[in-house]
Amino acid sequence: MKNTIAERIADFIKMYPPFDNLPYNELYKLAEETRVIYLDKDETLYTQGKPPKEHFFIVNQGAIRIYRQEGEKTIEVEMCDEGDVLGLRPLIVNENYTLNAKAYEESIVYAIPIQNFNKQFENNSEVSKYLITRFASNSATRFSQEDNERIFADYKRTTNTDYFSSKISNLMTTAVCCNHKSTVQEAASIMSENKISSIFVLKKDKPAGVITNKDLLHKIATGKFTIDQNVKKIMSSPVISASPDISIAEAQIIMLKNKIGNVCVTKDGTPESKLLGMLTQQDIVASLSNNPAILLKQISRARTIPRLRDLRQQLNDLLTRFINQHISFTHTLTVVAELNETINQKAVEISIKELNKIPPVRFAFFALGSQGRKEQLVPTDQDNGIIFEDVPDDKLESIRAFFIELATVINKNLHSIGYEYCPAEMMASNPKWCLSKKEWEVQFKDWIFNPTEKNILLSAIFFDFNFVYGDKELVNDMTAIVHESTDDNNRFFMFMAKDALKSPSPLGFFRQFLVDQDGAHKDQFNIKQRALMPLIDAARILTLQHNLQGINNTAERYYKLRELEPQNAEIYEACAYAFKALLKFKTKNGLATLGEDDGKFIKLENLTKSDKVKLRRCFKPIKSIQEVITIRFQPTL
Amino acid sequence: MWNYIKKNIAYFLKKRHQPDYWKNYAESLKNIPTKSIEESKFVVFDCETSGLNPKEDRILSMGAVTIRGNTIDIKDNFEVYLEQDIFNRESVAIHGLLKKGKLKKVSEEQAIKNFLVYIEGAILVGHHISFDVACVNYALKRMGLPKLKNKVLDTGVLFKKTKHQLYAEAFTKVFSLDEVCDELKVKKKDRHTASGDAYITAIVFFKILGRLNRNNDLTLKELFFTPKMIY
Repeated sequence: MKNTIAERIADFIKMYPPFDNLPYNELYKLAEETRVIYLDKDETLYTQGKPPKEHFFIVNQGAIRIYRQEGEKTIEVEMCDEGDVLGLRPLIVNENYTLNAKAYEESIVYAIPIQNFNKQFENNSEVSKYLITRFASNSATRFSQEDNERIFADYKRTTNTDYFSSKISNLMTTAVCCNHKSTVQEAASIMSENKISSIFVLKKDKPAGVITNKDLLHKIATGKFTIDQNVKKIMSSPVISASPDISIAEAQIIMLKNKIGNVCVTKDGTPESKLLGMLTQQDIVASLSNNPAILLKQISRARTIPRLRDLRQQLNDLLTRFINQHISFTHTLTVVAELNETINQKAVEISIKELNKIPPVRFAFFALGSQGRKEQLVPTDQDNGIIFEDVPDDKLESIRAFFIELATVINKNLHSIGYEYCPAEMMASNPKWCLSKKEWEVQFKDWIFNPTEKNILLSAIFFDFNFVYGDKELVNDMTAIVHESTDDNNRFFMFMAKDALKSPSPLGFFRQFLVDQDGAHKDQFNIKQRALMPLIDAARILTLQHNLQGINNTAERYYKLRELEPQNAEIYEACAYAFKALLKFKTKNGLATLGEDDGKFIKLENLTKSDKVKLRRCFKPIKSIQEVITIRFQPTL
Repeated sequence: MWNYIKKNIAYFLKKRHQPDYWKNYAESLKNIPTKSIEESKFVVFDCETSGLNPKEDRILSMGAVTIRGNTIDIKDNFEVYLEQDIFNRESVAIHGLLKKGKLKKVSEEQAIKNFLVYIEGAILVGHHISFDVACVNYALKRMGLPKLKNKVLDTGVLFKKTKHQLYAEAFTKVFSLDEVCDELKVKKKDRHTASGDAYITAIVFFKILGRLNRNNDLTLKELFFTPKMIY
């Protein structure tokens, strides 16, 4: 019998991972078994600690808030939007729900039975790939550090082929074993000698059990057993084993399911056959190149600028992959910003060597704008400056000349790495931005106490500076100067607020997006100016008002503000979320149009309907935060 | 007087000869009002017809979904296409059902039989449902059976209840399904297919219940109670 509604559901889930690459008739079969659940605002979908039902969920309309309850505290984890899948992990790993899910607004959710899903897609590599990334991203956002390390894995570059086709026999290492007649003490000394955390107990050549650090802790150190007893008393058995012919991905699933860090490889995959070796989580991570840790190592070892350029290119690949695999965006942002900063540091270091002169006084090189806020994902133009120690007046110009020479080299090198020159000359090689500490102080005070339109604009750019290389104390002094002068300086805040409000809510009449009217980007939506800048500006002024030092990242600023002003917590929370979502949009777009611009112009016709809905949802907090600013600083008076 | 007695005898004779499926159906409807909203079975349904006259025109397709708790089970939906003896050129533009389409069709009698099984023990919900019920009733009459016995809720009326009494004009206005969808932000897809409309109406019904049940104390009785409108 024809089922129109099932078709509709299949049409919907087809648009989202992991369903997007699956055959339609399979999805239709799945859709027929689906349930549609309606949730009013604040109704619960599932509760922490309860065993999972037979369904996992995909959001059709509305938004579901995922949070964790820790005693009295609730910790926000994620907001699931249209097309997001939730509640899947507990079903796969077979554990209770570790999180709560509640409707953030009126929502419709499809409940998909896990049994049918498993039956139909168990052997589909696209689906298992999705599942693994999903788990990786989940763990990166919220769970304990331990969990994080264990699950977090980066797959080999963009192809993924190795991860899914390469057999684990290529990766496995010799297992460290002891005889089943040994005592606990003997086993522990073997472990200690080999610096490993687990040991297999062999009976003939078959693995009979395994002893881990945890067993030693819980069973020996607590005094339940003594060290001269037989290993059999404390070992866990049977062991989790795998055949040498399975893929790395499958091995990782096995580890995930059983919550173990290593798996023993036997001849036919059961514990009843010969032990061949073992495979640890670390082996997998180490074998797959281009993971952030390895990239970081390579950057710090780089000696030439061309090498840095290659690495910056690899960083782009890494970013693309993170985004495609739906790794948590917060995590992506941190990783990329960290690596970006290291590249910059290295570039300065190489430049100083290239110049072959020793800096005459202490100095610091700092970044401004998006890089200063650690929000730069796709390389944009460089904004930076230099501060050096106070020197006697007669020497000032000669020392400035030296730093300008150095800065010119740095700027050139950064340019060859892939950071465009700043069209507004906001670079350290510009004599205006290569100043001594005293001169910066004068400059900052001028901006703060003479808030003309231009000065406010410069304040907005410069007050997000972040230390890159040199003497960190100088930069800290600069921060102190800024905060000292802005403290309770209502006049300055008023002007800043006016500037922050200059781009009104990005939605026009009839909920249409406001697009550029003319110029090269006619009919495109400027996501940076219209949506990101209002959020960034608002965060800056509020942190200045609270005298918060050392937090530059906009999302982090909002999280901090949430703690300081519980009465506005909801708005700040929403702003942080919206900011991340918008930045992700910009980054995706920037990666797609790499080289043209950094992705700030979005062509509306390229957006899907659900993208538009998501964007719109992000605009609501902009309006709320602008209201907060208007009321607090009264810029219209 | 004689006529009246004759009529009564005819009625009892008829009742005795009612087919089993009708008796089962009638039996299933006996103890509904005692249940809560959560436990009740609602069937949201919609008919596409050849025109707007329930007496002359015929049902072309029927679609229905069942709501239990706040869940729709997709497996458990109802969708039939009927053989057409009365064909109306004008309405084809709306529903797109051809006289001899590719869809598998059943006779009117079979469709109604299946439908009666489907709505056993249920409260019927629909948008301007009196029209749909009238269509089914005429079909029942052609089969020599009485009218539908289910309790009925009209989302058109329920929607008005969500409005504050201050908005007096809302009470006199007749809301089309499209208008209600726009106001409740329900996506309109597959409009004017019986199943699609039934699904959309079910979502509308959910949203209305959500609005009426803000304090979590709505009873079934209140749902059927239509307050006196202030004009």
